Amino acid sequence: MKYTEDHEWLRVEGDLVVVGITEHASEQLGDVVFVELPEIETMVARGDEAAVIESVKAASDILAPVDGEIVEVNEKLVDNPGLVNADATGDAWFFKMKIDDLSVLDEFMDEDAYKEMIS
Amino acid sequence: MADLKRTVLYDLHLGLGGKMVPFAGYEMPVQYPMGVMKEHLHTRTGAGLFDVSHMGQVLLTAKSGRIEDAALALERLVPVDILGLKEGRQRYAMFTNNEGGILDDLMVANRGDHLFLVVNAACKDADFAHLQTHLTDCDLGLVTDRALLALQGPAAEKALARLVPDVTDLRFMDVAIRQWDTAELWISRSGYTGEDGFEISVPEKFAVKFAQKLLDMEEVAPIGLGARDSLRLEAGMCLYGHDIDTTTTPVEGNLTWAIQKARRSGGARQGGFPGAERILGELDNGPTRRRVGLRPDGRAPMREGTEIYASPDGGQPIGTITSGGFGPSIEGPMAMAYLPADLSEGATVYGDVRGKRLPATIVAMPFQPTQYKR
Repeated sequence: MKYTEDHEWLRVEGDLVVVGITEHASEQLGDVVFVELPEIETMVARGDEAAVIESVKAASDILAPVDGEIVEVNEKLVDNPGLVNADATGDAWFFKMKIDDLSVLDEFMDEDAYKEMIS
Repeated sequence: MADLKRTVLYDLHLGLGGKMVPFAGYEMPVQYPMGVMKEHLHTRTGAGLFDVSHMGQVLLTAKSGRIEDAALALERLVPVDILGLKEGRQRYAMFTNNEGGILDDLMVANRGDHLFLVVNAACKDADFAHLQTHLTDCDLGLVTDRALLALQGPAAEKALARLVPDVTDLRFMDVAIRQWDTAELWISRSGYTGEDGFEISVPEKFAVKFAQKLLDMEEVAPIGLGARDSLRLEAGMCLYGHDIDTTTTPVEGNLTWAIQKARRSGGARQGGFPGAERILGELDNGPTRRRVGLRPDGRAPMREGTEIYASPDGGQPIGTITSGGFGPSIEGPMAMAYLPADLSEGATVYGDVRGKRLPATIVAMPFQPTQYKR
């Protein structure tokens, strides 16, 4: 698992990258009440707003961590946004991306580095 | 957080794990470890304890000593029937300006020989100066040695009665002075959640002990500003500085229920408050815009600042959302907006959420039925 400075986690699954938010981020957001997912087959560039997450407090963007194509989204979050609080790093993934070169993930933080960043 | 004031319960909040944020010049708990959603729901099913000590408590006595003179003096600043407010009763009011806008909203209680006012934290200094300037026939006291707590929810009466047995005889909007230990409590049966409950002014030196006694009870949990906001929004209540301010009149704000007959055109003491011409004109002829409730059709919350349109595409905005969010009890999004007064309940309008126009329906408020003990 890799981590971004925007509190997203990235997990490689075959030739895809699965993207979610960290438990730390879900705790900071508070109770999630709404999730808006990107359309599949959308091309996104790193830093693009890919999804929206709304908690009881505020709305936040989920940014595309890398360039690529959205190939799958987690529809479960639309019906059950609270899953983000219940299982942020497991069932509550947001979308899967197809990217050209998985080696771009090397530049992201590993778990120890991320833990240090949030401490 | 430099320059921010703290209430006497500050250390208690920290001990409870409260997440402190700046609010109206104070460091206040926005939530506790329970979280906004659970705190909200707990208040609707049990009892929630809120620290509202940042709010202003003001004593107003006529120099003549007569309560009637104090009432008539305050009526010069509010479009509300204060003379008709009976001893031991409380009423909602607002200070208006010469343009008919609202300077602050407040609670006014008749305590026999004087009036007791509770005003918003962010406005309290301005309100006090406003009173001093205009009510030179009254003595004014800003209460600085008392905390203010709110205990709200269906279990509030049972919880408070363990400490103060003689609160059960109070009805909604009654006020009374009761003893606890050697402290004098100023209690009103009211609140800002739509639930039955109490607001309790307690001397600072007793406040921590009193709050702790309540928190030790099974049904009582501490509640932060986050849930306070979602609770009041579900109850359809205005937040000053958002849903009402100096640019909105009480009639536009849909607060005509707070302007009694005596102060309206043809009433015994019609007008005689700042902005009366505009406010009475709007009462007689209707305002051009009005604060309404909105229920977005989907799940996406429409937040403060969201522009509202009449149609799904084209055209200019017809209004703006002043408060909006997710209602944990109604399990969906809700909002308040100022919209043209000719739009009625049931009409569909469109909120611009991140560039998309999403439908919302104009509905009656409160969103969540109130549970007052009348």
